[in-house]
Amino acid sequence: MAELTYRDALRTTLIEEMDRDPTVVLLGEDIGLYQGTFRVTADLLERYGPRRVIDTPISELGFVGAAIGMAMLGLRPVVEVMTWNFSLLALDQIVNNAAKLRYFSGGQVEAPLVIRGPNGAGVQLSAQHSQSLEALYAHIPGLYVVAPATPAEAKGLLRTAIRGRNPVIFLENAALYGMKGEVPDGEFALPFGRAEVVRRGRDVTVAAYSRMLHVALAAADRLQGEGIQAEVINLRTLRPLDVDTVAESVGRTHRAVVVQEQWRLFGAAAEIAASIYEQAFDQLDAPVERVTGADVPMPYARNLELLAVPHEEDIVRAVKKTLYKA
Amino acid sequence: MPADLRDARRWYAEMVLARRFEEEAERAFRRGKIGGYLHLYSGQEAVAAGWLAELRDDDIFFTAYRDHAHALFRGTPPGAVMAELFGKATGVAKGKGGSMHLFDVPRGFYGGYGIVGGHIPLATGAAYALRYLGTDRICLCFLGDGAMNSGSFHEPVNMAGLWGRDGLCPVVYIVENNQYGMGTSVARASAVPDLASRFAAYAIEHERADGMDFLAVRRLARRVIARVRSTGRPYAVEMLTYRFAGHGAADLFQPYRTKEEVTKARAHDPITLLERRLREAGVLDEAEVVRIHEEAAAAVAEAVRFAEESPEPDRDELWTDVYG
Repeated sequence: MAELTYRDALRTTLIEEMDRDPTVVLLGEDIGLYQGTFRVTADLLERYGPRRVIDTPISELGFVGAAIGMAMLGLRPVVEVMTWNFSLLALDQIVNNAAKLRYFSGGQVEAPLVIRGPNGAGVQLSAQHSQSLEALYAHIPGLYVVAPATPAEAKGLLRTAIRGRNPVIFLENAALYGMKGEVPDGEFALPFGRAEVVRRGRDVTVAAYSRMLHVALAAADRLQGEGIQAEVINLRTLRPLDVDTVAESVGRTHRAVVVQEQWRLFGAAAEIAASIYEQAFDQLDAPVERVTGADVPMPYARNLELLAVPHEEDIVRAVKKTLYKA
Repeated sequence: MPADLRDARRWYAEMVLARRFEEEAERAFRRGKIGGYLHLYSGQEAVAAGWLAELRDDDIFFTAYRDHAHALFRGTPPGAVMAELFGKATGVAKGKGGSMHLFDVPRGFYGGYGIVGGHIPLATGAAYALRYLGTDRICLCFLGDGAMNSGSFHEPVNMAGLWGRDGLCPVVYIVENNQYGMGTSVARASAVPDLASRFAAYAIEHERADGMDFLAVRRLARRVIARVRSTGRPYAVEMLTYRFAGHGAADLFQPYRTKEEVTKARAHDPITLLERRLREAGVLDEAEVVRIHEEAAAAVAEAVRFAEESPEPDRDELWTDVYG
C-alpha cells in the first residue's frame, strides 16, 4: 500500500495498464509534450511514444469520435478531455455513437473506451469551465458514469473502466488531483455499481460522490460534535447506481440527505431521492433532503462562486431538517 | 476478354439487384411494412459497386444512412437486409437498427449511421487502429456532399492529414456527391462547390471523378486503394453522381428540383451505361440481360417473403445489447 495523490493514482494505473496491454492508447489535447493540463499523463509520451500517446488538435468531436472508431476495431483508447465542459463539443459522438453502437448493431460491435477528465467547479473559472455534467451522461443508456472520490477509487475504478467492454464516462475532480491517500498496490480494481458505506451512523444517511463525499464527511464530523451520527455513503458510480446500499442504510437511519455539486433540477440527487422513495418509503421518518449547487451559471466573483456550491453547513442544515431540529 | 470486363457481368447483376431491392423496399414502405425513414440508393449504384468490387475481404468500410446497396454489394444476404428494414429478428441487426443502421461486421461493414457526418470520425479512428495493429488493411469512408459542411467532417479529416504523415491513416474518403444534402443543393450549401478541392486544406491527396461509370469507378478504386494500402496515407475522391429518388421515401414532391432535371439525370443511368458497355464489348447479350433482371426480381421477391415471414424480435431483446 502506497500513499499517492489522486493524480498519481490515475497516472500509475495508466502506466500499469499500458504496460500490460499494448492496445491501450491515450488521446487528448496537450497530454504529451505539454505533459497534460493536470499532469495526469506526465512523461507518458516519452515512455510510450507518439503512436500510443496521441496529442490531438483542439477538436473534441474529432478525437473523441476517432477514439470510438479505434475502440470498434480492437483498441482500448483512454481519452482525456481537458475538462468535461469541453466534452459538450463531442456530445454527438458520445451519445449518438459510443452509447448506442452495440445496440443498433444488434451486438455486432462494441466501443470499450474511457473518456476521462476534470468535472465540477474550479477556482473562479466562471460559467464555461465550472460545470458538473454527470447527470447529462448518467441519463444515457449504454454509458457507464464513474466519479471517484479518493486516490484508491481513482485507481480501482480506472482499472475496471479500461478493462471493461463499454464506454465509460470517468469524472475526475480538479480539486482532488492533489489529494493524498492510501492506494493498494498492483491489480487492485473496484467494481462498478457498488457504493461504499464510508462512515457508520444511526441517525441519518448522507449519500454523496466525488468531491462532495469529503464535504459530507466534514459535515458528519461537525454533526458528531452535536451528538448526531450521520452514516455517509460514497456512491462511486452513478450508472450503474447502487440504490440498494442507500436504501438499506435508510432502513437503519430512517432519514436521508443526498448531496451533489451539480445543479438541482433533474440532477443525480433527484434520481437518488426518487429511488429512496421507491425502495424505502415505509422506512422514512422525514422527506429526503437534497443539497445541491445553485441553479445558475457559475459566477466569476469569489463570494458568489462560494455561494453556488454546497458546503458542509448546507449539509448540516439539511440533516437537522430531516431530524426536525432546524 | 479485357481485365476490366472479367467479372463486370457479375457487377452488372449486383447493381440490377440493388436497384430492384430499392424499388421493392419503396413498395414495402408504401404498404406500411417498413417504418421510419427509408433512403434509397437508386442512381448511385456505380459508386459503391465500383469501390467495393476492389475492396479486399479483410478491409472495412463505413457509410451513412443510404446504406442498403453497400451491404448488398458486400455480400450481405438480401433477406437479412430486407428483414432489418421490416424490423424482424432475422435482420442484420436483429431488427434494432433499421434502414439507417445496417451492420455486417464479419464482412467488414462497420455500419450505416443516421447523423450526417457523424461516422467520419469513427472511420478515421478505425483506420488508425488498423495501422496501429500492424495490418495492411484499409478503411473506406463513404459520405455525402452534405456531410462536408459539418464539423464532424473537418475535425477528423484534419487529424487524418496529420496521422497520414506517419503512414497511420489508411482511409479513403469517398464523397458521394449526389448534388443534394436532403433538399439543399451543393451550390446552396457549400461556399466552395468543388468539394474535392476542400481536402487540400488538410494536405490530403484528392481528385474528382465520374461516379456513374462503373468501369471507370472501379479503375480509380483499384489505383487509389493500392496507393492507400502501401502508403498508409488518406486519400479523397469526389464521385459525381445523382440521386434518382427523393431524399427519403417520404420526400414525395421534391420541391427543390425540377422533373426535367431528374428526367435528364435518369438518362444517364449507371446500370444502363454498364449494360451498354458490356453489350458493346460483346460480353453481355439480350438474353442474359433478361435473365439477370429475372433473377434479381426473384431474389428480391424471396427477400421480401423472408422478411414478411420472419418473426419479430423476442420481447427480451429490448434489454439486450445495451452493455457488454
